[in-house]
Amino acid sequence: MTHKPSRRQFLRNTVAAGAAITVAGKADAQSPDPLITEVQPWAQSFGDGVDETPYGLPISYENDVIRRNVEWLTADTVSSINFTPIHALDGTITPQGCAFERHHSGAIDLKKEDYRLMINGLVDTPLVFTYADLERFPRENHVYFCECAANSGMEWAGAQLNGAQFTHGMIHNMEYTGVPLRTLLEEAGLDTAGDLKDKWVFVEGADASSNGRSIPMEKALDDVLVAFKANGEALRKEHGYPVRLVVPGWEGNMWIKWIRRIEVMDAAVQAREETSKYTDTLADGVSRKWTWEMDAKSVVTSPSPQSPITHGTGPLVITGLAWSGRGAITRVDVSKDGGMTWETARLAKAGEKMALTRFYLDTDWDGSEMMLQSRAMDDTGYVQPTKTQLREVRGLNSIYHNNGIQTWLVRANGEAENVEVS
Amino acid sequence: MSKFLKSTTILAALSLAAAPAMAQKLGLGRTALPEEIAAWNGDISPDGTGLPIGQGDAIEGEEIFATKCAACHGDFAEGIGNWPKLAGGKDTLNHEDPLKTVGSYWPYLSTAFDYIQRSMPYGDAGTLGDDETYAILAYILYSNDLIEDDFVLSNETFLDVAMPNADGFIVDNRAETEYAHWRSEPCMENCKAAPVKVTMRAMVLDVTPQEEAAAVPAPEVEAVVAEPVQEAAATPEPEVPQVVAASFDAELAAQGEKVFRKCKACHQVGEGAKNRTGPILTGIVDKAAGTVDGFKYSKPMQQAGADGLIWSQDALAAFLAKPKSYMKGTKMSFAGLKSEDDQLAVIEYLKSFAD
Repeated sequence: MTHKPSRRQFLRNTVAAGAAITVAGKADAQSPDPLITEVQPWAQSFGDGVDETPYGLPISYENDVIRRNVEWLTADTVSSINFTPIHALDGTITPQGCAFERHHSGAIDLKKEDYRLMINGLVDTPLVFTYADLERFPRENHVYFCECAANSGMEWAGAQLNGAQFTHGMIHNMEYTGVPLRTLLEEAGLDTAGDLKDKWVFVEGADASSNGRSIPMEKALDDVLVAFKANGEALRKEHGYPVRLVVPGWEGNMWIKWIRRIEVMDAAVQAREETSKYTDTLADGVSRKWTWEMDAKSVVTSPSPQSPITHGTGPLVITGLAWSGRGAITRVDVSKDGGMTWETARLAKAGEKMALTRFYLDTDWDGSEMMLQSRAMDDTGYVQPTKTQLREVRGLNSIYHNNGIQTWLVRANGEAENVEVS
Repeated sequence: MSKFLKSTTILAALSLAAAPAMAQKLGLGRTALPEEIAAWNGDISPDGTGLPIGQGDAIEGEEIFATKCAACHGDFAEGIGNWPKLAGGKDTLNHEDPLKTVGSYWPYLSTAFDYIQRSMPYGDAGTLGDDETYAILAYILYSNDLIEDDFVLSNETFLDVAMPNADGFIVDNRAETEYAHWRSEPCMENCKAAPVKVTMRAMVLDVTPQEEAAAVPAPEVEAVVAEPVQEAAATPEPEVPQVVAASFDAELAAQGEKVFRKCKACHQVGEGAKNRTGPILTGIVDKAAGTVDGFKYSKPMQQAGADGLIWSQDALAAFLAKPKSYMKGTKMSFAGLKSEDDQLAVIEYLKSFAD
């Protein structure tokens, strides 16, 4: 086996390379830059022709911007999770190819031709749709984040994983095209269900786990989408091709992939994923259930442990992501001193409901140590809590829904570490 | 909830301009047939709705569990390695590290029946008969000291079983316990006692995955092939490594590595491999059947090995094509590799791992 460089070595190399670039790129360079004074091969001959890559991948220089797995977390990669490289991305849309995956029995191969969606239970007419049927309903486009309820879950007992990808990477944000679930339920007819306010839909996937979940009818009729496109193209296999459920603002486990059945019911099924998992145990041993909404949360994506400062002192862009499952982000504050003082960051665009918001703090770094934090606020007035505030209410055993404020210790040499502060 | 519904309706009315108008049904799709609904409508509710007619007890369950579940969950439902523990953990939910099992945590027995029949056995979901599921569940309950070994679990006795943590859940109360407190105008200056100190560092634990050599396409197949060839000199029987070296097709093996993903849930191969649901596959090509140390084979597999079955390329291909037809009674629950190309590729991949 080839020797794998340690993460620290990687960081050192990155810092060294950064230093070299800084010197070469300085405006007051002592000697002429050969990249400018000498004709470079790419400026002389040809690049690739148009048909070189009929479907393109990122250029090889970017091949460290990939999903990564934390092997010790789970027994088997077929029932596991990996993490979006949020430390290396910008903007808000997550490319499908590096958007985190979470499977309970692997990403299955399901052709459009073999796809069936059944609606049954308390409906006027139980129906079966093919993929082609779904494309004939009026459709909508929406950008939403999808966050696993366990995102940051390894950090309940303290700082554990060193990198925004690992602490906050169980999230992606895509533009979905699909049919409102409401439309499909109305096609089957809801008169039989009677009073809708205490009704539920049970949704399940076509894979071996099938991952059944119960969703209250209010939500089902509100903004849930039966989606078949993401970021303009077909869903990827690992995200539920050909059809998945999109449940805006609610925990990712409910976003059933390869969705095959929707049953209208008069009570929640209390399936495995809504009782034994995705329930939040408090310090006294009592557990919260039905904690569906993802609370407002944010994280500085750069600088961060996997994205150290490599350019020395001077202008520095501090950037990150903020989101809320209850509405739109209205404000993000950033602290450089571990939460003692805060500055309000610039939002790249006004926050959108249940979608990622990008923030920037354009600053001048004097090279001193920073304890970087970000704090999100949403349009319900909710302010992202500190980890201490969360632990005071919930204890350490909740596993899920950790939306506490993250701290990166950035040292004078530009390296960053996941820490907790007083 | 009704308040929510009202505001939703108003919102929906307001946003009609942006959303496509849905005045009437479009007549798309077709009526689901009763047989189709019966095939997929398997969910079981806490009150027992959906339970099939059937029964089983812990003694029957123990035997089925040993064959179909114990490889991951342990003979006593205690869990192996990182696989879920199904028994134990009584009174630990308020401890530092609670053990959440069917007995200690799950509020409804229906959840376990639904999940076992829906998603288990891992890698062979949906294959358990109704009586088998009742029996397995009875064994899990017995392992949690929740029933006696003569208790017959059935659709009729199902609700007689008391789940210890049935009252251990509350509906999400964040609105009352958290939101009310976390909506004040946030502090901007002098927000905490100075100086702010680091209280915990991730690097102390050092559990972050090491940076992988992503920039270099991993030459894994070549690297592993090198090992058996080197070892050939020291091995008293050089035939097998020589075959590996002579007839090995690295490209085919690389394809086989992809096919092997289907096997990985149960089998490990190469350095550090351990027996899991299935035996270690290092050196399996041309090895006698049923002879991997420490693996509990089915009786037919043990017998086949004793009768002289060798996992030649042809024998392996035939087995992989349809495991259960090739060897009736095998513990391998895999449905089979239909494609001959896949069979050959995965065998080539396995060849790269000699003993």
